Amino acid sequence: MTVASSPKLRLSRETLLKLLREMIRIRRFEEKCAELYQVEKIRGFLHLAIGEEAICTGVMPALGPQDAIVATYREHGHALARGVPMPAVMAEMYGKHSGCALGRGGSMHLFSARERFYGGYAIVGGSLPLAAGLALADKMQGKKNVTACFFGEGAAAEGEFHEAMNLAALWKLPVLFVCENNLYAMGTRLDLSESETDIHKKAESYRVRSEVVDGMDVIAVEAAAMRAIAAIRESNEPYFLECRTYRFRAHSMFDPQLYRTRVEVEEWKKRDPIPRLVEWMTSANMLHQSDVDAIERAVAAEIDAAVASAEAAPWEPVEELTRHVYAEPQR
Amino acid sequence: MSDTGTAESALETTYREAARAGIRDALLRDPRVFLMGEDVGRYGGCYGVSKGLLEEFGPERIRDTPLSESGFTGIGIGAAMNGMRPIVEIMTVNFALLALDQIVNNAATIRHMSGGQFGVPLVIRMATGAGRQLAAQHSHSLEGWFAHIPGLKVLTPATLEDVRGMLWTALEDPDPVLIFEHVLLYNMTGRLPSGAGAVPIDKAAIRREGKDITLITYGGSLYKTLEAARALAAERVEAEVLDLRTLRPLDDAAIIASVSKTRRAVIVDEGWRSGSIAAEISARIMERAFWSLDAPVGRVCSAEVPIPYPRHLEEAALPQVPAILAAARETLK
Repeated sequence: MTVASSPKLRLSRETLLKLLREMIRIRRFEEKCAELYQVEKIRGFLHLAIGEEAICTGVMPALGPQDAIVATYREHGHALARGVPMPAVMAEMYGKHSGCALGRGGSMHLFSARERFYGGYAIVGGSLPLAAGLALADKMQGKKNVTACFFGEGAAAEGEFHEAMNLAALWKLPVLFVCENNLYAMGTRLDLSESETDIHKKAESYRVRSEVVDGMDVIAVEAAAMRAIAAIRESNEPYFLECRTYRFRAHSMFDPQLYRTRVEVEEWKKRDPIPRLVEWMTSANMLHQSDVDAIERAVAAEIDAAVASAEAAPWEPVEELTRHVYAEPQR
Repeated sequence: MSDTGTAESALETTYREAARAGIRDALLRDPRVFLMGEDVGRYGGCYGVSKGLLEEFGPERIRDTPLSESGFTGIGIGAAMNGMRPIVEIMTVNFALLALDQIVNNAATIRHMSGGQFGVPLVIRMATGAGRQLAAQHSHSLEGWFAHIPGLKVLTPATLEDVRGMLWTALEDPDPVLIFEHVLLYNMTGRLPSGAGAVPIDKAAIRREGKDITLITYGGSLYKTLEAARALAAERVEAEVLDLRTLRPLDDAAIIASVSKTRRAVIVDEGWRSGSIAAEISARIMERAFWSLDAPVGRVCSAEVPIPYPRHLEEAALPQVPAILAAARETLK
């Protein structure tokens, strides 16, 4: 674990337990989603981030309630870690009316205004300018908020990445860019799609402060996010975190994973952020198996309740099909 | 001209100046409004619309952008979602294609995808249309294309009052509004009442009353259509000229009312015929006023060719008065 650079005060047992609990919660939630997909309760595309939980779990505690979040189509963990209630997320996966976007978005488009969760976007790169715009509005209104924008390394190949990076740097916009570099854009390996595979260097070329983080180490991610947010609030300028990570599961549920070897996947699983934190805390005498068991029990109960609530929730009446295209008069 | 002003209080002005006056009004009225686009500041706007605004309002509110249509349109969307009322200027509709992802995938969908939690009160202005020998990458009329998209509103102001007054209404709208300004209108002069105010963005306007045929048009084609109507009057045909003003939502009621009265219709549209807004209007007339018609609906559209550079070919590609007259006479047979 990279603990040397972490602010020591935050490494309390409670803090670490919270991070562990959140990662387990997201992992089990997504595992349940995979099951529900097999039985066709969840349809469409389902993109799991299993293996990558340390990033959203580590970044969210660094943000305040007034900060904004922009995410991608692989954003279940981000919504949960931000505090969007699990029943609302699960109902959205089902397409039920009680979902966090009334069921209209589904897995790829979770939204929640209350948590300033500005949504999951499924056009790679397209959400980066939008995040810069949220930050511009905060800046023009004299607010000190930060917008955290999560995206994969595949976005770096899109023009919108470069347009957003340039504008955020040029206009000094308070955006935390969080690149979740899992080495594959769907099935295309990074070195087959980028001439420069160090993604943070692209940000640096726009004079955006950047650093590389072990994205499989939740403590390192949290420490880096704290540093980054402090720097953004201080300078009112963007900051770029390249978090190196790996997706253990397929890109979506339709992916036979022909593009990578089982050996490579197994190698990365040795760095699984959850066992890593468990082992580290255990060796530091901060954790006992009974603690893990208690977390697992609580998470299982929460997931069961979320599934039950999604199952019981009503479908939106078909008569409402054309709602939410334009603003409606206040009802 | 609006009836709110008298001849004494009307000012001689141009469409360009009226557009600028609309932007200036908005900047003065609402601190959330700002203008952003390529060369809107120091250059004064590629068509001179924003000249002088940087000096008056400063670089925070008159923002020169890099050549990043997708980038700054996306920034406009984000800023609109977070409390501001941006006006994004894109030089021409052809360049707006670089921002299609933002306009179609984000601006038009976010309210729906979020179940109504987030809206995008953004205005995007751009030039459209041909007639300046700018060839095939600066001359197209793609407003009808954008009118295909649920979630957007599409305005085509053709008069001084409209280009000034529709902007304010568009900025008050909670959803994304695209405003298309025809390049040939910028130099058009006229008298604009000093008290000219907000103009609705969901109502067509009858620019000339008539009983024999309805000529339906919008934007830069309005004046050719009015000229055709005057020529028809010499033949004792009283043509009604309906200026759509808004392509989405279409003012179905106004279209159907006029066609039901005149029983004949010709649509004049600078877009290409195939898949055009003219095709959509024709279909709606067929659906809702078929039994009122005395003749098939006629269409005058651009030839199905990228706009050519030489003047004689450009003119031949666009709807012109003789073609409008020919289509009207065919319908009146």
